[in-house]
Amino acid sequence: MTSALSIKDMLVSFDDYVALRNVSLEVVKGESFGIVGESGSGKSTLLRAVAGLATFQQGRLAVNGRDYSGRRRDKEFYRTVQMVFQDPYGSLHPRQTVDRLLLEPLAIHGIADTEARIVRALDEVGLGPSFRFHYSHQLSGGQRQRIAIARALIVEPQILLLDEPTSALDASIQAEILNLLEQARRDRNLTFVMVSHDLGVISHMCERLAVMRNGEVVEGLSSADLANRKVSEDYTKRLLVASEGFVR
Amino acid sequence: MTTLLTVENLQVSFPTRTGVVNAVRGVSFTLGRERLGIVGESGSGKSQTGRAIMGLTPGHARITADKLQFRDIDLLKASARQRRSLRGSDIAMILQDPKYSLNPVMSIGRQIVETLRTHERVGKAEARQRALDMLEAVQINDPERVYDLYPHEVSGGMGQRVMIAMMLIAGPELLIADEPTSALDVTVQLEVLAILDKLVAERGMGLIFVSHDLRLVSSFCDRVLVMYAGKVVEELPSADLAKAKHLYTQGLLNCLPKIGADRHPLPVLERKPEWAA
Repeated sequence: MTSALSIKDMLVSFDDYVALRNVSLEVVKGESFGIVGESGSGKSTLLRAVAGLATFQQGRLAVNGRDYSGRRRDKEFYRTVQMVFQDPYGSLHPRQTVDRLLLEPLAIHGIADTEARIVRALDEVGLGPSFRFHYSHQLSGGQRQRIAIARALIVEPQILLLDEPTSALDASIQAEILNLLEQARRDRNLTFVMVSHDLGVISHMCERLAVMRNGEVVEGLSSADLANRKVSEDYTKRLLVASEGFVR
Repeated sequence: MTTLLTVENLQVSFPTRTGVVNAVRGVSFTLGRERLGIVGESGSGKSQTGRAIMGLTPGHARITADKLQFRDIDLLKASARQRRSLRGSDIAMILQDPKYSLNPVMSIGRQIVETLRTHERVGKAEARQRALDMLEAVQINDPERVYDLYPHEVSGGMGQRVMIAMMLIAGPELLIADEPTSALDVTVQLEVLAILDKLVAERGMGLIFVSHDLRLVSSFCDRVLVMYAGKVVEELPSADLAKAKHLYTQGLLNCLPKIGADRHPLPVLERKPEWAA
């Protein structure tokens, strides 16, 4: 079991506000790891700190054994780690065609045979080549999220950071995107780190999960524990109750 | 049960450069003092149905119906002035995201008082007191403090409670809630729903709950209308949801991941063209 992502005592603060307090996580290569919690629990900050979108003041981060603590992330990092964001309406450039959007990561990483790769990437996310010259505003939310996934997968990363990838979508579209992600993970042997507030989604997608609250990991458990209601923290129990819907 | 609202063959269409888009195509239902859920995907016409009843459809759209009646008022023939006096005082609407639906440059208390004083002749002191009482009714612990806050200073859950307070202060008989909890955290969702549930029951209002989440709606409402492509494909009591006959309803139910259910891949919705016919 080799570690894909190792986080030790990570601390992120924004001025006086501590968003992450000494969080430690270990994600094994090939596994799908979930993080649940409510708004403000620090779950998105954790992903952003890994991706380099937020800086962490203390702690260590290692990806595939390479240490990235306090060091600029190089191209190698971004070839290994890619991220898909929550809001497909906000994460695609509004004035670039799909073709241009997919070309960008290839150009950055100096990858050749762009033509074939773009066609293949679109095909993999279930969109035909006809979508290549569309703008993102011409697409539905589900189609945009497919493009965002294609953009992340096109540089053939090993680790995918998923920040609420389906919470802006309808339940029916969510099922399609989740299936697409699972398929991609099987085909490419990817490691997932997935953040969501929906326990149902996390237990479906992930083998292990961490429950976060106020910037701390309060409980780590497996999806099987969750299914058998073997949870110890009150907070996790509350999330479980909430996931079962409204009870009068 | 007295009928509060009758909708017969409601059609809402939008003329566009590329032809007419029929958002709602012949929706009919009646509503008493009960909780009705309207469920469907984006673009199914569920929100436009609610907006047409509220009178918030954009001006260029065409609304036709055999009947659109609230109590004894024909909403199709009502003047703009009459519609305006109904909106807020008799029919109220809760929108999805308090971040966008509250006025950002007006304090919470003032917004609530504004709603009240638009519909009722009350003095300043009394209006303030009633706004505070209303904030307390939606379980805001410290109404005096929240009264003077601005919307950006409160959390999403609290913002949505403020929204509910504002909508209920004039004592409407019909409340349309359009995805009232979709922007909120799961745990907060339940708190807001519980408050809504209690107030709707206490005041004996009619409620139309519009959402894409079939499971949530069915746990909250007495009856559910399932919409697809502008039409109602199935209507059933929430208790009988498991016995849904239409494939679309079953599909909506099945596509949700459940804790402990090992279904890979998840069943996806098949959309048959004949459902839209």
